[in-house]
Amino acid sequence: MSENRSESETGVPAVDATGLPDHVTEAEIRESAARERREKLRMFLTNWQGLTGLILVTVFFASAIFAPWLAPYDPNALDVPARLSGPTLDHLAGTDQLGRDTLSRILYGGRVALYIAAIGVSVSLVTGLILGMIAGFGPRWLDSLLLLLFDTVRSFPTIVLALATVALTGPSLTVVLAIVIITSIPQYARVARTATLTLRNTDFILAERSLGAGMARTLLHHVMPNVVGPLLILAAMEVPVVVTVEAGLSFLGLGVTPPTASWGTILNEGYLVIRDAPWMVIAGGIPLILTTLGFTFLGEALRDIFDPRMGKGR
Amino acid sequence: MLYYLAKRLGLSTVVVCLVVLVLFSLLYFIPGDPATIALGPRATEEAIARYAEKMHLDEPVWRQFLIYIGNALTGDLGLDVFSDRPVTAIIMERIGFTLALVGAGMGWAMLLGIPLGCLAAVKPNSWIDRITGVLSVGTIAVPSFLVSIWALLIFAVHLRWLPAIGAGEPGQLGDQLSHLVLPAFAIGLSWVGYLARMVRASMLEVMGENYIRSARAFGLHPRRVVFGYALRVAILPTITLIGMGFGGMISSTVFAEIIFARPGIGKLIFDSVMARNFPIVQGAVLVATGLYILVVLFSDILIAWFDPRVRESL
Repeated sequence: MSENRSESETGVPAVDATGLPDHVTEAEIRESAARERREKLRMFLTNWQGLTGLILVTVFFASAIFAPWLAPYDPNALDVPARLSGPTLDHLAGTDQLGRDTLSRILYGGRVALYIAAIGVSVSLVTGLILGMIAGFGPRWLDSLLLLLFDTVRSFPTIVLALATVALTGPSLTVVLAIVIITSIPQYARVARTATLTLRNTDFILAERSLGAGMARTLLHHVMPNVVGPLLILAAMEVPVVVTVEAGLSFLGLGVTPPTASWGTILNEGYLVIRDAPWMVIAGGIPLILTTLGFTFLGEALRDIFDPRMGKGR
Repeated sequence: MLYYLAKRLGLSTVVVCLVVLVLFSLLYFIPGDPATIALGPRATEEAIARYAEKMHLDEPVWRQFLIYIGNALTGDLGLDVFSDRPVTAIIMERIGFTLALVGAGMGWAMLLGIPLGCLAAVKPNSWIDRITGVLSVGTIAVPSFLVSIWALLIFAVHLRWLPAIGAGEPGQLGDQLSHLVLPAFAIGLSWVGYLARMVRASMLEVMGENYIRSARAFGLHPRRVVFGYALRVAILPTITLIGMGFGGMISSTVFAEIIFARPGIGKLIFDSVMARNFPIVQGAVLVATGLYILVVLFSDILIAWFDPRVRESL
């Protein structure tokens, strides 16, 4: 608001302090914005995909957070006599080869997935946002350099890069997290860069610049609010990728180390006994599918509502 | 076109060099003696000394890097730690299995996905459009390694229709093909939906163009209009998508090869990681990444060939 006022002080006529034509009042603008918000909420509530996604995502968060209270057994408690049992009343999702309760392990595995997803997505989103805005707003050479870096990182198939790294460091959750962050930064950065480039020469940014605002201020206060929306939608779409990478690497024995439960390790242990106890790979896969489906549905619904131009099929 | 070609090739070369640099410096980011890290804790003194000599570890790092690049350019990727065989020869033995799998997976996905997308676009909101929509959203979200495991469980372990592991007896085409079916199904499944919705989206756009109306007005057969004229333009974004998605394809191929014990590059990398055979990991990762870069390059050139506007934008 302050920049508009100083503009009228410098004698720009015809437009009042709000920068609006005379016959539109501020109340009317607020009213129309509120109407638009209600409309978007209505669109979301009538979108079966979005609602299904929201429910699945809520279940994912709730089950991961409340796992210690929900789990019927300690995830590492052994019950050797009942080993490799199928679904029974005692063990709703069966047990593994050590007699550990699969349902409890699934619930605790959700915590690993949530941990990776929360940290991985937020760190790469923020880093990608900053790098992308700098690439889009900074000098040309910096833009080219950053683009080249992004291209290099994107040239590695994720799992292949992870394998190469784990070959040297050994399996650990930290490495998985690092791989997830490094490989997804370019995704966010490219979206942020494109959005920043289109903003760069708009009137309000030029006005801000001509008033002497530095790059940091311009980016933080004026570019970022306009860029962050599509990035949040992208983040919802990236959660399945992150969760899948963690489960995949843990499945290969390159992620979390035993005895920690993760959906990937459950699948791995189930794969080894697939001929004798097929329900383990079924039980281990279902939460993974429901989570990826949930976030994909939610992300797509949000995208269709807020940014129809982003197009189908990423 | 020539200018674009030169620029695009130059960019790819730089990216390849950076990829080699990353792979090379991975060894040095990890604290400790590179020879010990590369060969693992079980390596003998003699093996370490031999490795140090072979990799020129007594030279400064930048010279080692130049030597590695120079050797890689002449097709020399070093020697296997255990058998002393050239890494290049080992990779060449295996790469056929990977290429066949990727080709088969991509092939059936394209043969099914592209016509489905066309049909869905020609009759929007028909039952085939709805089925395609649900199918594509459903399959995109399912992690491919889970499809591999479940396909193995259902078709190989439970129904016993198809063989579970291996790549078939050499020389027997039928046997080899039957071993190809399940992994190809697993890595292609999510692409069917992906391609279908991408083609549908761009097809809908193209079908509204004037020249399509003209073609119709001339009385051309609808099938000819769709597949002969509209698809030719609508396929372009899909080609980019296939090129970009090839990295994900390689990642899912790694999983499919490990799960179905198929002796391709992915299995080679995984086994070498497990055995801490770093020269093979380094070489095979370089080949896999190089393959991805080549495919992206090829798809970009193809697009530029079809669409002159793209040539200006680089």
